[in-house]
Amino acid sequence: MKINSLYKEDLTILVVDGELDASSSILLDESIESVVAQGKKKILIDGQSLNYISSAGLGVFMSHVQEFEEKGIQMILFGLNEKVLRVFQILGLDQLLSITASEDEAIQLLNASL
Amino acid sequence: MSNQYVSEMNYHYQFSCDRRNLKSVRDFVASVLRDENFSENEIPAVVLAVDEICANLIVHSHQSDPNDVIEIWLKVTLETVICEIIDQDSMFYDFSTHKNPDIHQIVREGKNGGVGLMLVKCLVDKVEVERHGTQSIWRLTKESPRPVFNS
Repeated sequence: MKINSLYKEDLTILVVDGELDASSSILLDESIESVVAQGKKKILIDGQSLNYISSAGLGVFMSHVQEFEEKGIQMILFGLNEKVLRVFQILGLDQLLSITASEDEAIQLLNASL
Repeated sequence: MSNQYVSEMNYHYQFSCDRRNLKSVRDFVASVLRDENFSENEIPAVVLAVDEICANLIVHSHQSDPNDVIEIWLKVTLETVICEIIDQDSMFYDFSTHKNPDIHQIVREGKNGGVGLMLVKCLVDKVEVERHGTQSIWRLTKESPRPVFNS
């Protein structure tokens, strides 16, 4: 799995490419922690090239929800394929996390919640 | 590969307890099920369920010791796939006592993990764990009727 960090004005986009499992999830966690340490408040997770996720990957996102709420950090996932989105839906995590179909929708959601 | 004349086919795979091997486990399961004409809609569920159990065993039962080995047997019939994950010298986990966690509570506490077995229960039709001496066998059953091809 690879993660590329892109910066657009005050947005940080983490582009996740590959398979997110018990082996690779630590890399995503470290990437998110690094963005938070930089004081960034708007994080987009680009999941267009994410082709697999297990509970270890879900756990990374779940573990930051409360912390981000308390720190006023917004995190939105977008572009998940049907197979990956289904894993979030099985556990109802699509209701607890912000997930949109596209980057444009993610940005609209960020702006709407300002 | 076409096995329409065979009532049951068995496939074996073995790997050392290193999380980096999970990818090859997933590839093995997906490859077998694809060759056996399982629906592309069903394959991801079985692959993910097997991955979850193997990841749990690697991390919690073997502390990621690469000297330890886990075996997988896939038993495929026309109606089902049964995956047996055989773990030697492991701590026995009594799956019958497993209760689904409260997802909201996990989120509130900022925990990273704890939903793997809950996910497995949603993905397959039956989960059983047997203990034979120091060996644990995790058996996942997925009902998945496949089309029968006439010759």
